[in-house]
Amino acid sequence: MEEQNPVLRMNGINKSFLGVKANQDLNFELYPREICALLGENGAGKSTLMKILFGLYKPDTGEIYIHGQKADIKSPRDAIRLGVGMVHQHFNLVSTHQVWENLVLGLEDRFLLDKKQACQKISDFSHKFGLDVNPEAYVWQLSAGEKQRIEIIKVLLHGAKILILDEPTAVLTMQESEALFSVLQDMTKSDYSVIFISHKLREVIRLTDRVVVLRRGKVIDSPMTAQTTEEELARLMMGDEKTDEPKPVYSSKKGREILRIENLSVASDMGFDAVRDVSFGIHEGEILGLAGVSGNGQRELAQVLSGVRELRKGKIYLRGDLVPRLKPSLLINSGWGRIPEDRMTEGLLLNLSLMDNLLLEVHTRPEFRKGPFLNLKKAKNFTEDLIHEFDVRSGSYDLPVHHLSGGNMQKLLLARELFLEPRFIVAGQPTRGLDVKGVRFIQNLLLRERERGTAILLISEDLDEIMSLSDRIAVIYEGEIMEIFDRQEANRSRIGLMMAGVREDHN
Amino acid sequence: MKISLQKRNPLPWWGKILLPLGAIVVSILFSSLIIVLTGANPAKAWYYIFWGSIGTQFALLETIVKMAPLVFTGLACALAFRAQFWNIGAEGQLYAGCFGAALLGALPLDLPAFLYIPLVLAGGFVAGGIWGVIPGILKVKYNANDIVTTLLSNYIIIYLLEALLEGAWRDPQSGWPHSPLINDSARFPILIPRSRLHLGIVLALLAAVVVYLLMQKTILGYQIKVVGENPRAAFFGGIPTGKIVVITALLSGGLAGLAGVGEVCAIQYYLVGGMAASYGYFGIAVAMLGGLNPFGVILGAFYFAIIMTGAQVMSRMTGVPVYLADIIQGVTLLALLFMMPFDHYRIKIRF
Repeated sequence: MEEQNPVLRMNGINKSFLGVKANQDLNFELYPREICALLGENGAGKSTLMKILFGLYKPDTGEIYIHGQKADIKSPRDAIRLGVGMVHQHFNLVSTHQVWENLVLGLEDRFLLDKKQACQKISDFSHKFGLDVNPEAYVWQLSAGEKQRIEIIKVLLHGAKILILDEPTAVLTMQESEALFSVLQDMTKSDYSVIFISHKLREVIRLTDRVVVLRRGKVIDSPMTAQTTEEELARLMMGDEKTDEPKPVYSSKKGREILRIENLSVASDMGFDAVRDVSFGIHEGEILGLAGVSGNGQRELAQVLSGVRELRKGKIYLRGDLVPRLKPSLLINSGWGRIPEDRMTEGLLLNLSLMDNLLLEVHTRPEFRKGPFLNLKKAKNFTEDLIHEFDVRSGSYDLPVHHLSGGNMQKLLLARELFLEPRFIVAGQPTRGLDVKGVRFIQNLLLRERERGTAILLISEDLDEIMSLSDRIAVIYEGEIMEIFDRQEANRSRIGLMMAGVREDHN
Repeated sequence: MKISLQKRNPLPWWGKILLPLGAIVVSILFSSLIIVLTGANPAKAWYYIFWGSIGTQFALLETIVKMAPLVFTGLACALAFRAQFWNIGAEGQLYAGCFGAALLGALPLDLPAFLYIPLVLAGGFVAGGIWGVIPGILKVKYNANDIVTTLLSNYIIIYLLEALLEGAWRDPQSGWPHSPLINDSARFPILIPRSRLHLGIVLALLAAVVVYLLMQKTILGYQIKVVGENPRAAFFGGIPTGKIVVITALLSGGLAGLAGVGEVCAIQYYLVGGMAASYGYFGIAVAMLGGLNPFGVILGAFYFAIIMTGAQVMSRMTGVPVYLADIIQGVTLLALLFMMPFDHYRIKIRF
């Protein structure tokens, strides 16, 4: 197959964001009628590369050639015109409209809508590739698999010959995934080429012809699928264990079990279970790191443990006592600290002052009130003390919080939570988006809490962070805990395999 | 040519005054255009608007009389909007307050004024509060859109009361449908003799101070502010967001109700159809012009009182329809909404 000329060639792609090299001297080729996997962990650069191809980002350097011709892609419109279509993880459909109305959106054919012609064209594509869908159905009536089919047809209707699918099986059931795979295989027989972004090794091996592995912004290797194994791919994805890297050894502070989660199942926004029958415990003075590629249920787990999402089934015990309801006010008063993943939308009051933000969880406490009134003097002192202690750099205290840098916002959040002297902390992506200094600061805060005997559930996409901070590591994949092991037994390739869905004891 | 919006640092304190002033200027210019279309001279029209509202002592007192209900409805809207409860129902809540005052005021009670007046105030506040809290509960329990529910609730109560006035509650001694006269001791005292300036303005200014203290110094005020800023984060922080919305709706309706008490106890002395004269709707513009701040509301209420009072005089002297006041109100609100993004964005034009 590779004797032919590539339909797509990306040469020397470099892209940096604020000093971080998302893509470094990347060369990527796609050959006709192949399904090529783009594999890598979070932050490896696959999304960035595809967004450059689709015109959502401009590369710092590099060129793109489509069918041998140099392509100047300034926006998705240009990309679509050149035959590139992208099916995103999050669907862009108008749920109150019918299927055909969604599909006609953006087609510049004519001024008046011709329903009959549109439905005919849709049926043609449907039949050709087995993408069964009723053109007159309303989108809100459809399952995730059906919605995805519409997205694919949409892309085809715009004339795409190169399809980019971004983690397409994240929202599909097993059967729907299988159906998708046969559709893709049919399509490649008909002169389409597919780029399949995924972190799930099982699927990559099953479906694709070739695998391009990215790590830290560079292409590591691009073996033919038939000539590689899951273990090798995991090794390429995660990198070899550097034997001369000292394993951080912290003295064990572990006390008794303080939090126990049993048979927890949590529904996602789309109906299916994002967390499936999960059980584990955390001890005092221990950091339990939850490793996993984003989108495998960590978000929903953290939200349940923060009291902002309902659990479907399961029991949670704090210090042996059953926690009847996870309501934020109850959690705050039980010594339960929470660092939300969406810090700007869930944790902070961006247009209010530093003081207003710090008071959020404590404003009803006796020390801050005088009857129905706020004790503003105490509140001000409290604010100044915390800002000082946590080194939150800001302009005047009256300025709204949105002027703070990401790192200082996070320090503010932690200051607020740690003031309550929690016994247990659930930290969701606590260092995401921070610069090196910020990351160090937050990590040291967590370690300090660990010293004080606090139990911490650390949820992070950054495997390095998990490896350097955790006492025990749990790996989550498709809502299930694959395994939990001590830090001493852990190595990157083992974890990498599990994060990509490969169980250790499979045949 | 490419026009785009670019984020900027928010304007310092003088920006908060400049933007409403800008809106006022725009609305004056636009309404002058309308005046020209009716065939009158804009300069003459504006002269009469100001002369007719603040040009003589009598005019000024009349303006202040109109200012009182505008302060109340302005406070009602400002408080509600702070919590992102979009109360468009101040008009109906005002009528509810009229109903409460007219009902209690006409009862066969023999009370001295210093007891009766607090009674009718309480009655009006409660009536307005009940009418305002219903859309609040609907929002919290059923996610019913507050703009729609509060707006439609106006029509419900206004027509209900008109039906009552035609039927069961009609004063048998009069030709025009209105409720029985309220007792003398329920009437608001007149503060300046031979004018209509009554207790209402004092109460309104007091209410503004109370609302200010509520928002700045109390726990409830803090919670209202937080819920309005980010309900998700408020919930995350343990604030009972539903409860806060309902309380805000109640207080907002109550404040609008107090405007109604003034109209019954100081102006009409009974409940009659069409008595609210759009004070409730003007309250929205007053609140926005005042930047949702109680003292801004006082200034905004004064401005719109000038417009309302002056428009009547101007209309007599120039022939421009008195509805110009409503046009000015609407245009000011639109101009203000248009100016508001400039606090956070600047326009960038690239050729």
